[in-house]
Amino acid sequence: MLEITLFYIAATVALVATILAMTRANAIHALIYLIVSLLAVAVIFYLIGAPFAAALEIVIYAGAIMVLFVFVIMMLNLGEKGDAREKQWLSPAVWAGPALLAVVLFAELLYVISSANGPVSTGVVSAKQVGLSLFGPYVLAVEIASMLLLAGLVGSFHLGRRYLDRNTPEEEKSQRGAE
Amino acid sequence: MSELMSELMPVLLALTILVGGVGLAAVMTWWERRLLGFWQDRLGPNRLGPFGIGQVAADMIKLLFKDDWVPPFADKVVFIFAPTAIVVAMMMGFAVVPFAPNTYIIDVNIGLLFFLGMTSLAVYSVLLGGLASNNKYALLGGLRSAAQMVSYEVFMGLSLMGIVMMTGSFSLVDIVQAQTNVWFCFSQVLGLLVFVVAGIAESHRLPFDLPEAEHELTAGFHTEYGGMKFAMFMLGEYLGLILIACMITTLFFGGWLGPAFIGHWLPPFVWFSLKVFLVICFFVLLRAAIPRPRYDQLMSLGWKVMLPITLVNLLVTGAILLWMEGA
Repeated sequence: MLEITLFYIAATVALVATILAMTRANAIHALIYLIVSLLAVAVIFYLIGAPFAAALEIVIYAGAIMVLFVFVIMMLNLGEKGDAREKQWLSPAVWAGPALLAVVLFAELLYVISSANGPVSTGVVSAKQVGLSLFGPYVLAVEIASMLLLAGLVGSFHLGRRYLDRNTPEEEKSQRGAE
Repeated sequence: MSELMSELMPVLLALTILVGGVGLAAVMTWWERRLLGFWQDRLGPNRLGPFGIGQVAADMIKLLFKDDWVPPFADKVVFIFAPTAIVVAMMMGFAVVPFAPNTYIIDVNIGLLFFLGMTSLAVYSVLLGGLASNNKYALLGGLRSAAQMVSYEVFMGLSLMGIVMMTGSFSLVDIVQAQTNVWFCFSQVLGLLVFVVAGIAESHRLPFDLPEAEHELTAGFHTEYGGMKFAMFMLGEYLGLILIACMITTLFFGGWLGPAFIGHWLPPFVWFSLKVFLVICFFVLLRAAIPRPRYDQLMSLGWKVMLPITLVNLLVTGAILLWMEGA
């Protein structure tokens, strides 16, 4: 009973936070709501018997990826001009199309959930079980994901190098002057 | 009755940690300055009360009665929220620390990951504080902290995986029990080295306090903060220090266990506190002895030295474990 109550509280928090994350004009406020939503999802994971997934949700999504998001927002430093532009984009007419598509998806989701039987929880999935299935049946997916990450790493390294080696406009001017 | 006690125990312990943590952090501010003074051949705060311990009360009164001001150009809600995040996250981190056998709030099989998650959430405090201040020095401090903490988090987590491999569990109680014969500081020397460095960087203390480097960024992310909100940042920082010391003790120095060759003739909690105290003093010694590196030096130390060491440690530990299993 307690678990069901906690589940509904966490689910409500997740939904409200996600809606607020979509509708905020200020990028930082939206990101904070997104972080809250991720934390609520972590609680849900824990309650339905996936503590390892819950921990990873906090460590990786809320703790690392979202930090990078905030980092980028800080680098851009949009300020009030960004807020005003965002407010313009978030006019009611913009919502119509996505809302229609979301309603279709929601109806489908309701249909699927109503045909499924009872709560999904089937005991606790330990970290060991997750590891065994990752390096057992799903090893190919793990390898492909690691290759994708490696490609991203090499790509960003390449971009960073080129930026360092490229001459600044002043340097080019002085070189041309020397010729 | 005993059932009720075991139900109430975590609640009581949580309250004790809440009060004790805040009190300890306050005393730490004085102890650190006295110790720094001792190591740097000066006096430190020694006027108020015996050994200057009254300085703690004086500082608290000053911070509590200061005008609680929010700059008009700041993002008000985020500005007020930021200092609370670090205190809440660090306090939550104490939930999984086993202080003595059967003396912990929760023992979950993801204890270690929970700790890593809480320390990574503490980053937001510095980040949002720097951003909401709407001040270029604060922004630079926040940017630095984001890059520093995200980088050091990577091998902070990886450096502990050797221990997890040897124990076969993420539970901190299991990790302490696995050290009954040999502490992990002997079998995981490289892990300890990396974790200590990453721990200091995560709690952004000197010598890695680049987010608040005062000679280049005035006070970094908390330039605009004063009074209680500044005190919250300081409280969070000292709680982080205590938490990291607790984790180093638990993970590498046998937690509540006494050294095997001396035996366990002291109560477990006394062993634990003694070790935590020594680790904290070691952190203060580092602060007294080592100057602050340049920012690029910090980053290249992380990625070019710490990360390879961690990976080598991981590989060697895995290889030895497999070899021992086969033999």
